[in-house]
Amino acid sequence: MPLLEVRGLEVKFPIRQYELTALRDVSFSLDKGQRLGIVGESGAGKSVAAFAILNLIGRPGYISKGEIIFEGANLAKMSPQQLRTIRGNRINMIFQDPMMTLNPVLTIGTQMIECLQTHQNLSKGKAREVAIEKLRQVQIPSPHERIDQYPHELSGGMRQRVVIAIALLTDPSVIIADEPTTALDVTIQAEIMELLVELCETSDVALMLITHDLGVVSQVTQRTIVMYAGRVVEEGPTRQIIENARHPYTHGLIDALPERTNPGMRLNQIPGVMPSLNAIPKGCSFHPRCEHQTELCRTELPGYVGQEGIRIACHWVASQEQQQ
Amino acid sequence: MSGTEQPSATRDLVSIKNLSKSFPLTKGFLEQLHFQGGRLVRKRESVKAINGVNLDVKRGEALCVVGESGCGKSTVARVVMGLLQPTAGSIEYDGQRIDNLPPDRLLPVRRKMQMIFQNPYASLNPRMTVQQTLEEPMRFHNPGIGNGELRDKVRTVMDSVGVDPSWTERFPHEFSGGQRQRISIARALMVDPEFIVADEPISALDVSIQAQVLNLMMDAMEQRSLTYLFITHDLSVVEHFGNRVAVMYLGALCELAETRTLFESPRHPYTRALISAIPKLTRERPSHIKLTGEVPTPINLPSGCFFHNRCVYANDRCKVEKPPLLQTDNGSQVACHGIEEGRID
Amino acid sequence: MIRYWQLFKESAFLYRFRRDKVAIASFSVLMLLVSLSFLAPLIAPFDPYDPAGIDIMDSDIPPSWQEEGDPRFSLGTDAQGRDMLSTMLYGTRISITIGLFAVLLQLFLGIALGLAAGYFGGRIDSFLMRLADIQLSFSTLMVAIVVLAIFQASFGTELYNDLAIFMLILVIGIAEWPQYARTVRASVLAEKKKEYVDAVRVIGLGSGRIMFRHILPNTLSPILVISTVQVANAIMSEAALSFLGLGMPVNKPSLGSLINSGFEYILSGSWWITTFPALVLILLVLVINLLGDWLRDVLNPKLYKD
Repeated sequence: MPLLEVRGLEVKFPIRQYELTALRDVSFSLDKGQRLGIVGESGAGKSVAAFAILNLIGRPGYISKGEIIFEGANLAKMSPQQLRTIRGNRINMIFQDPMMTLNPVLTIGTQMIECLQTHQNLSKGKAREVAIEKLRQVQIPSPHERIDQYPHELSGGMRQRVVIAIALLTDPSVIIADEPTTALDVTIQAEIMELLVELCETSDVALMLITHDLGVVSQVTQRTIVMYAGRVVEEGPTRQIIENARHPYTHGLIDALPERTNPGMRLNQIPGVMPSLNAIPKGCSFHPRCEHQTELCRTELPGYVGQEGIRIACHWVASQEQQQ
Repeated sequence: MSGTEQPSATRDLVSIKNLSKSFPLTKGFLEQLHFQGGRLVRKRESVKAINGVNLDVKRGEALCVVGESGCGKSTVARVVMGLLQPTAGSIEYDGQRIDNLPPDRLLPVRRKMQMIFQNPYASLNPRMTVQQTLEEPMRFHNPGIGNGELRDKVRTVMDSVGVDPSWTERFPHEFSGGQRQRISIARALMVDPEFIVADEPISALDVSIQAQVLNLMMDAMEQRSLTYLFITHDLSVVEHFGNRVAVMYLGALCELAETRTLFESPRHPYTRALISAIPKLTRERPSHIKLTGEVPTPINLPSGCFFHNRCVYANDRCKVEKPPLLQTDNGSQVACHGIEEGRID
Repeated sequence: MIRYWQLFKESAFLYRFRRDKVAIASFSVLMLLVSLSFLAPLIAPFDPYDPAGIDIMDSDIPPSWQEEGDPRFSLGTDAQGRDMLSTMLYGTRISITIGLFAVLLQLFLGIALGLAAGYFGGRIDSFLMRLADIQLSFSTLMVAIVVLAIFQASFGTELYNDLAIFMLILVIGIAEWPQYARTVRASVLAEKKKEYVDAVRVIGLGSGRIMFRHILPNTLSPILVISTVQVANAIMSEAALSFLGLGMPVNKPSLGSLINSGFEYILSGSWWITTFPALVLILLVLVINLLGDWLRDVLNPKLYKD
């Protein structure tokens, strides 16, 4: 049984007269210790999905359909009290901006100890020891001194390390990382990513990595979900997707990367832009930008095809499969 | 107009000479006072954003300046465009020194150089229609232009950047990020410039839109024989886009080379670390070069080579003597004692 | 023009207005008060400025629904025999006029000085902002009382009565410019950093054009919000000054001077002379403030996105 299973998740935001559907029929599962990438451009719904898992969708948004099964319980139906025992304890989140997690007026130590004491019955001294140990794990030099510093005294990379340490404090079974390295420089980005993967591997933590960066996904994750306009358009093993993407959108996205073209040549671009949530086209939401579009794509929402852990929502792929 | 002298084809279009720029940290008078050796002294601190940069942009090339945040690359762009005054050094455009010109004498140069900005959400005036935004530079530099001619020009330019010309009466918030960046490019192209400074023009955009905008910039370069100074932190874009690359660290140049040379054989230890850190779609986990230590603050610059505290090859000389930018055998220019002495291959 | 109208019709602004009952009610009441008072010469049953139409024998008549009331004077008359309803209509007009013009003056001074301080920075900024601090450390009323009292003392009450409306506008306008200057300066500092300002500097535009054509329009939202509140404040200041006898003269009463003139009689039972103008004043200030609050809620969040 998977550790975390999301089934048919739908999230809506009522705005003015109409309701925007931010997520449509999103399903995926995460096994113990697995690393899953959720890829998409801004507005694709990848962050909404992460927030929905923890039932953190801000008002007026709400989960209108679907289940989030974590260790046998449905998070979508849980009371706030029950959720608090899971959120920040069994499932933790890392944000793009470390200052989302860190309180600028408290020392790192205070925040870590507080976090530990909320979820575990520990004395202050013991909690401090655990905190220092975690800081050492994320390779922060001289953790004994750093623990008494304020967030602003640390560099961006150091802060993100502290955030990772906080995320690991309660030995969670899932970490959701929302663009954890986007705000950092490339050299630091590579270090942090490597550290995160290493820590997840050693303590058998499942990682849900939300990012727009296909390069990061290809190096870090085992499975990948590609999202477009609130829907999963392709899911499969990461290598399979990177090397042999079948959905025209995924294919276009990978092909648009500079490394896929010889230097100096024009990049392979996908025409058009992702529709905004209030103007999602009928049928397949990608069809206006797709070179393989047919009448069917314009009228009917494609179902999923594929086998052995691969799912693709595309009429064109479906018709190809039928021919074989 | 100073257009009487013929621009020579061999002369560099833009020369940045020994440029330095520091920003004083504005503090109250009382906060500037410190006790030092029993005496009260006034200490004024400043952020040294650029520290002696020499860089020439050749006519018709795309020169990329790369570096991590805080390395001074955007400041270089702003000083070149005259948005900031240099603390020391000079900027020459087509042989003419421009950093000390009064605003009226600068105007003829201004219409030859334009800028594209990073944030498409902030670079267009939210209260002006696209038509008004695009008209403005044209009207300003050609006061006698007729309305009809102006409208035609706006239409042609909008067409050339791939924005529907019938949308001229719309406001920026009605466009997506990618379209706004196209409009931003259109504004730069309105006065038919020859030199464009692009400050991270695609880093705020989505992957599929990045490719569109980059292609557009390359098209414009070919059709209008433009020269670019392209500022970015994204090395994978540099490999694709630029003719030459300048790598900056803490406000100084570490390496300047032809793009292909730089990516095939990076010489400076910092450049190597940077290139090894680019996330690629490779199968195996990358073996990137780890840098130790933290980036020093530009308020208190390290002595000697700015990179020495993070460099595995650093020796005593690196700690005291600042390396000059020297030509190497493969044509690239590198500022590193290790390369000069042959300690690093 | 049609396009702007359409944009307005589709805007979140109008949408939120339509959904907000308090805003609609405040706006309607305000419009009612404004139109009634400005149509006063047409709709008022009497002309309170015409001495010939006033009979001293009609003084102190209570509202018409009371026993001693007179059907001619629906809200009664004041101590000089003027019809309360007509006098209040004219008085409201004066109060609103003073409020509006005083704010226009504040607006002009505040925008000019705030823009200069924010855009040029440095010494100009320090100088203007210290000036604003000094100005703010005197309360509006104190400055107004001193200035108006000196004026009355040196030029005589006669001249003062003729010029009262201009003096009030001038004094209230000048005393409160720092509010605007500070708000404008703060928004200019925020806007100045945005890239669109750099973009026009790259074009080579002069600072005047950049300030007025580019930065100023983008600071208008906060200006609009404080303007509504400031109109209410100016009306209150005028009322307070008039109540102290330094405002509008008795023969051209504003709401404040009406309240003042009735105050002497309130203990002798003529409550209506003070109460009705006071109610109108409270209502006027209340609806303007409610609208101001609503405007702030609507205009503040995310100016750039939708």
